[in-house]
Amino acid sequence: MSSLVSDEPVISVRGATAALGSRPVLRGVDLTVCRGEVVALLGANGSGKSTAVRSVIGQVPLTGGTIELFGTPQKRFRDWARVGYVPQRTTAASGVPATVREVVASGRLSRRRFGLTTKADRAAIARAMELVGLDDRAGDSVGALSGGQHQRVLIARALASEPELLIMDEPMAGVDLASQEILAGTLREQVAGGTSVLLVLHELGPLEPLIDRAVVLRDGCVVHDGPPPRAVGQHALPGHDHVHPHAADEPLRTGLLT
Amino acid sequence: MEFLEPAFMQRALLAAVLVGITAPAVGIYLVQRRQALMGDGIGHVAMTGVGLGFLMSASPVWMATLVAVAGAVAMELIRAYGRTRGDIALALLFYGGMAGGVMLIQVGGGSNANLLSYLFGSLSTVSTEDVTSISVLAAFVVLVTVGLRRQLFAVSQDEDFARVTGLPVRALNLLIAVTAAVTVTVAMRVVGLLLVSALMVVPVAAAQQLSRSFRTTFVLAVVIGTGVTLSGTITSYYQDVPPGATIVLLAIGVFVALAVLAAPLARRRARAAERAAAECDARCVPATRRPTDDVKV
Repeated sequence: MSSLVSDEPVISVRGATAALGSRPVLRGVDLTVCRGEVVALLGANGSGKSTAVRSVIGQVPLTGGTIELFGTPQKRFRDWARVGYVPQRTTAASGVPATVREVVASGRLSRRRFGLTTKADRAAIARAMELVGLDDRAGDSVGALSGGQHQRVLIARALASEPELLIMDEPMAGVDLASQEILAGTLREQVAGGTSVLLVLHELGPLEPLIDRAVVLRDGCVVHDGPPPRAVGQHALPGHDHVHPHAADEPLRTGLLT
Repeated sequence: MEFLEPAFMQRALLAAVLVGITAPAVGIYLVQRRQALMGDGIGHVAMTGVGLGFLMSASPVWMATLVAVAGAVAMELIRAYGRTRGDIALALLFYGGMAGGVMLIQVGGGSNANLLSYLFGSLSTVSTEDVTSISVLAAFVVLVTVGLRRQLFAVSQDEDFARVTGLPVRALNLLIAVTAAVTVTVAMRVVGLLLVSALMVVPVAAAQQLSRSFRTTFVLAVVIGTGVTLSGTITSYYQDVPPGATIVLLAIGVFVALAVLAAPLARRRARAAERAAAECDARCVPATRRPTDDVKV
């Protein structure tokens, strides 16, 4: 997939600063995602990684710095169909029942905000559900799905607009292993097709082989920008709070994945 | 079909049908956003509009619409921008609206009977003029809730996501608020301002007992809404019972009946989900315990 990576940035963040109330959350963040690249944003809780992603899509206003999407200043960017967003949520359900198809279909609105659903729209919606392996559950209520399936619905919704850039905020949170593997497969296919990806992760997990570059935040500053920290293991990452107790010097032997 | 004879009943039934359609149609979006009680708040605020109508000798329905729309917009702005004190601000708005209405009606020369007719509805006194305004307002509500259903669904389902699709989220939120306010004034003469919210919420809650999709919930809620407003109105023609209260109690009856009916269905679904969860457990590994790097284990 590295062969598809070009120098043309799809996301370009320069010197971004942002505050929640009076507390500075981003303190001069630089972040670039090139076309075809898969970038993971890592860091401890409260390091500013979610805020960074939310500022990229315009949910958090910057107090300083610039953001460009596909070379357009973010404030003037209107071509949202090119961006697929997966918010940090644990459920795809709301106060009223809705089917998987209905929720996924709302992702298509970025292509056609008003007006009737066309045959092409329906095909894209069906394809998005197929990509996450939920096409057989299309008519089921999202309320009846498991946590991992909820996350797959949210990703299918982002894929429904056939985006060139996927932005995902902790897509693996609360997802069982089987669903994690399916999601990794979905993402692999997208990346092979040339999609650029920016994703917030707590740990690399089954997505590790896909990731071209990792950006690590600590206290709102970038402390690492380069290859994913493989050799040392992410336990050694700055800002990683290692809290589980160890019997020996070596990490806990679970035997589950070896 | 004797109840169709008197002209006042024809007007009452027409108003009842329009309310039965519009209240659940906008209520479904409020329930989806978990703002089921917003209609109640708007109802309180609309009371000031009714009072203003009396004071200025203007049409209470149109004055109530104006004030309810202003109140709903204020509520939406408090929701969108308000932080921790938002609920206090809403309480001030609701009870200020109700108290202001009661005060203005008395000052404007209205009687206690006038007051009660707006609080709890008064179908038999619906005038031709009322029917005209109700029809115009109901047409607006149907146009919005059906015509923009995909957009309103997206905004009510996940506001953050809707914003990234480029939808005009703020405008759509305001539109929902305005449409809810208009619906409140449409329903005012039929069930009264204090019971308006019930017709927005209860048919939707009843429909949910059976449905799996948003579309089915919408259609079913409108059918239930129309059914109870019509049967409540007819009941009150033959029996000496207040129509507004009859309609709301009927709606709650339908809810209870459907909930009882759906219980075995829900149990079966829950059992199936439990089985699926039991199968899954062995494969689930807590994320924090999974090796994710090259550290030897």
